[in-house]
Amino acid sequence: MSDSYDTPDQRNLLDQTAQGVIGQPLARPEGALKVCGQATYAAEHDLRGCAEGVLVGATIGCGRVVRIHRDEVLAMPGVLAIYADQAMLRRNAQGTAGEAPIQDVATVDYYGQPVALVVAESFEQATAAAKALRVDYDVTTDADFDPAEVEYETSEEPDELGDLDRAMNEAAFSIDRTFTTAAHNSAAMEPHASIADWDGSNLTLYGSFQMLKYNVKELADSVDVAEKNVRILSPYIGGGFGSKLGISHDAASAALAARDLGRPVRVTLTRQQVFETITRRSETRQRLRLACDQEGRLTGIGHEAWVTNLPDEGFAEPVTQATKFLYAGQNRRLALAVGRVHLTTAGSVRAPGEAVGMQVLEAAMDEMAEAAGIDPVEFRKRNLPAELPGEGLPYSSRMLSEALDTGARSFGWEQRHPHPCQRREGEWWIGMGVASAARVNILSKAEARVTLRADGRVLVESDQTDLGTGSYAILGQIAAEMLGVPIDRTDVALGDSDLPAGSGSGGSWGATSTGSAVFHACEAIRANLAHKLGVDADDLRLKDGLANGRPVTDLLDRDLVETGRIEPGKTMKDYSQASYGAFFCEAAVNAFTGETRVRRMTGAFGFGRVLNAKTARSQCLGGMVWGIGSALTEAMEFDHRTGRLMTHDLAEYHVPVHRDVPAIEVILLEERDAAASPLQAKGVGELGICGAAGAVASAIYNACGVRLHSFPMTPDKLAKRLPDPFGV
Amino acid sequence: MATQSATLDVNGEAREFQGDPRQTLLDFLRLDLKLTGTKKGCDHGQCGACTVIVNGRRINSCLSLAIMHDGDQITTIEGIGTPENLAAIQRAFVSHDGFQCGYCTPGQICSATAMLKELAAGWPSAVTEAVADTPAPSDKELRERMSGNLCRCGAYSNIIAAIREVMQSEKGT
Amino acid sequence: MRPFDYRRVADLQPVDQPGDRLIAGGTNLLDLMKLEVEAPRRLLDISRAGHDRITAHEGGLRIGALVTNADCAADPRIRADYPLLAKAILAGASPQLRNKATTGGNLCQRTRCQYFMATDTRCNKRQPGSGCDALQGVNRNHAILGTSETCIATYPGDMAVALTALDATVEVLGQDGTRLIPVAEFHRLPGDDPARDNVLRDDEVITAVTLPEPAAGRQSYRKIRDRSSYAFALVSVAAVIELREGRIARVALAFGGLAHKPWRDPQTEAILTGRPPSPALFDQAADALLAKAKGRGGNDFKIALARRALAAVLTEATEE
Repeated sequence: MSDSYDTPDQRNLLDQTAQGVIGQPLARPEGALKVCGQATYAAEHDLRGCAEGVLVGATIGCGRVVRIHRDEVLAMPGVLAIYADQAMLRRNAQGTAGEAPIQDVATVDYYGQPVALVVAESFEQATAAAKALRVDYDVTTDADFDPAEVEYETSEEPDELGDLDRAMNEAAFSIDRTFTTAAHNSAAMEPHASIADWDGSNLTLYGSFQMLKYNVKELADSVDVAEKNVRILSPYIGGGFGSKLGISHDAASAALAARDLGRPVRVTLTRQQVFETITRRSETRQRLRLACDQEGRLTGIGHEAWVTNLPDEGFAEPVTQATKFLYAGQNRRLALAVGRVHLTTAGSVRAPGEAVGMQVLEAAMDEMAEAAGIDPVEFRKRNLPAELPGEGLPYSSRMLSEALDTGARSFGWEQRHPHPCQRREGEWWIGMGVASAARVNILSKAEARVTLRADGRVLVESDQTDLGTGSYAILGQIAAEMLGVPIDRTDVALGDSDLPAGSGSGGSWGATSTGSAVFHACEAIRANLAHKLGVDADDLRLKDGLANGRPVTDLLDRDLVETGRIEPGKTMKDYSQASYGAFFCEAAVNAFTGETRVRRMTGAFGFGRVLNAKTARSQCLGGMVWGIGSALTEAMEFDHRTGRLMTHDLAEYHVPVHRDVPAIEVILLEERDAAASPLQAKGVGELGICGAAGAVASAIYNACGVRLHSFPMTPDKLAKRLPDPFGV
Repeated sequence: MATQSATLDVNGEAREFQGDPRQTLLDFLRLDLKLTGTKKGCDHGQCGACTVIVNGRRINSCLSLAIMHDGDQITTIEGIGTPENLAAIQRAFVSHDGFQCGYCTPGQICSATAMLKELAAGWPSAVTEAVADTPAPSDKELRERMSGNLCRCGAYSNIIAAIREVMQSEKGT
Repeated sequence: MRPFDYRRVADLQPVDQPGDRLIAGGTNLLDLMKLEVEAPRRLLDISRAGHDRITAHEGGLRIGALVTNADCAADPRIRADYPLLAKAILAGASPQLRNKATTGGNLCQRTRCQYFMATDTRCNKRQPGSGCDALQGVNRNHAILGTSETCIATYPGDMAVALTALDATVEVLGQDGTRLIPVAEFHRLPGDDPARDNVLRDDEVITAVTLPEPAAGRQSYRKIRDRSSYAFALVSVAAVIELREGRIARVALAFGGLAHKPWRDPQTEAILTGRPPSPALFDQAADALLAKAKGRGGNDFKIALARRALAAVLTEATEE
């Protein structure tokens, strides 16, 4: 059987199996370890004689290191060595790079970039020594630090269809708005950390990474050893959100130092270094042009975006990704341009593209609906294309209309006043907003090994990671379901690069891709069991350790081991694939101060088969919390004279806190999408953020009548535009 | 700089601190005592991942020196329960999925444990309408009182649900 | 952190050697020591030096310097008679930090100016004479009142703003004995010496804060910030307002986030006093408050926001 997924698997095998665990809201199997502090994260592996490394960040934004005053620091207590190695990483690796990122830290590309590593016996000594290290620089005086001041170049050929200008001119209703979104940091709770340990020419690295098979290549290439000599262990990852897709500064520098010192070295980024050196989501400027006819049918969509990155980076925030497939409109222009600035590398942050693209598109759709005089839910439903505009591809499945309807009902959308400033409670204006959710679905190459042991237990193994995404839970559930084994007789081992290469976690593809590999491995085991029983595979019934009524252990004289594989194939090209949903938000805006509080939120989502209703719901919840952050609080703010990030910690970069997050309702819509994967499942990890902030923005408008075109919508921006608080 | 010593009661066990006075309580727990359940998220009192309970009060262990805790009673997540014997709050976090990546979780649980005592003692919070009154344990109160513990995975609603379950079960017994 | 010697002390005594620093809760000092904005040679640990009681005092209360913020806000007498103080404390930081932070330490909390906290930038407060990168830089958090061309930092705390409106007094012990400083005069404006946050001399230590007899009227604390909790104020207002026969009989207002000190403006209070509350009156009061306000770009919004915050507080406090 080919690994390539070329034809939709319509068998829906997981609906025929008998165990009944697939989709169930089971608790995470690693949960007990996590709530007891027993799950071991990267920096927590206990290695004898481990030295402590602390990176030194550049205090210029662009230039070259001309001298490092090593001697005075080498003389400090406990200091073992100072490294400014050519092989150290100047930038961290982009997702799926699979090779060393730009190295050589003698050149400074952005403020805070690591230029040296100081290693000492203790953490306190290393920290003080790193701070004391004087570095002389040759400063590049004409470097660009301000996205507002640089030239932008088209990133790829714009996607054009028909004549948008004409559609705008001839439209019954049209809007033309320019929005901005702030730069974001993933701000995973666990700072990036690595412990490197060499045994001869073999390197073991305890790290915090999302995609081990690429990370091994990146690290091996960076420190110039063969891939087979590198093993990475990431059993638990304290959040990733894109920031741990590729290897970061800690990994290479720990490996280099440990090799030189002949002892393990731990390097943990400070929180400030996470902000300053790990990929940011680019700030964006986005021009939205929408045109529609008298009946509210879109005739034109223009979505043009301007983003930034460092010179020589291939990544450009794919802002218009979902705009391509979401709504109708025969006249279209989607374009992306990149400006080059010497600010922290831009790369993938949870839902690159849709996270900021959808919130702006959806805020604009709200304005368009209002201009056309149509309810925003109805307006969206009226504009769902039958096939992918311009390319005629079918949608593999699309629950958007159902999500809008189901969400609206549950939320109580009918109570919304169509006009703003209609509902006031004391000092607060109250309003409601809606937005669609959409995120492209991707299948990625993956392998996994499943063992049905002679004692009847099942073991699933892959280098797949679990960032909190639920991999441990859902991979076990797939195997338990397929092999008819109770979940408590199922073990899942992940996060070890010596195990078969899963897809890694990113792009919402981990569950479906590695899950499909597990599924295929289980199919092979099922075929073997059917053969042993002398029945057709279709007639095999596995449940609670019984195979067609016989204890499965009776059939086993040894472990059955199978490796399953999947690769993206024709189904990726034959269908437009995405996960969909809808957000509903009720927000209160203080009539005096412009403070905004999200009072409640509903999200309804369709992403194919739900593999675990508890962990999937949590993914959606988390995404919506990110939506609240993107809408209201999160912004990286640079000093544009120097490129220095001024919001480089968790006091200044405001991720939402408990009090910012109200009761959130999540509705999971059952769906089967056979084109997406043999599990009939699609990705959900990022869906919850994609558009959520648009619903908040629309709720703000509906509350107080202010259309801001700048995210985040902080009190300073809102207060000055608010109507007279006494004026009613 | 002289090495100095202190004796701390950590989860009921006397532990000697002897070393660099610069060492924070957090690093002492993680590096010296190998109690890595207490997490370092920011090292500046801005995230709450390092929350431990000292003499009954929750604090950020990153902004406290180990040497200052001579004689103090310190409870870390390891002292609250074990996988074989989970505390009620830990069980509730598991069943309500009050975490995803798990990194902020020990801090959330230590914080919640102490928070429930503060609430029982009638302490007001920033959302208590009349601070002189005994606060009602609304979700709003719980959210404000837990706001010193960031969760980037966004498990907030589930955390509040877990805490509420514990409150209700304690009320019932 | 730079190396230091550590010693626990049994009594609250002023330091007598340069390079010595007192440490109690440590929530601000250790934060700054990690950044090496502060680098004491010796830490004197006063965390067990007593002074952790709230006692009756001349019809009011005396709050020991080492009373934690948490204990202060939870104290029944504070909650009953000085709810403004409890509210302000509870609006600050997080429960974990309030469990450590002390009354004396909180009064001495240093600014959150990002340039002050970054040793790789220029800051006249941290390094006198080096310049001020905030003037033309990222200054969204910065002061609009009482600034100078050398410093636009704000005092970031909440507690002192409430204490200012409550006419509290700081009790200070020096080599020559005790002196009393009204809280309103404790913090200072930067002028050409921004290195000094307050008038406390190097050889003095705060021993207590005293509150006068409780004032009649409504007390409120309003804090506007970028997220709903665990964030510093953009603007905050502490208010004590007594209405009598439809007129504002007495008003005390203090503002946070606007200046290098909790800001109190007699003229603003005079405009309000004796008049019936109305939006127009609130606007007049704001005109007086903000007559000399100066934005520096990023913080321009604070001028409008302060006006709106004042209107909100006055409206709420004067509602029948």
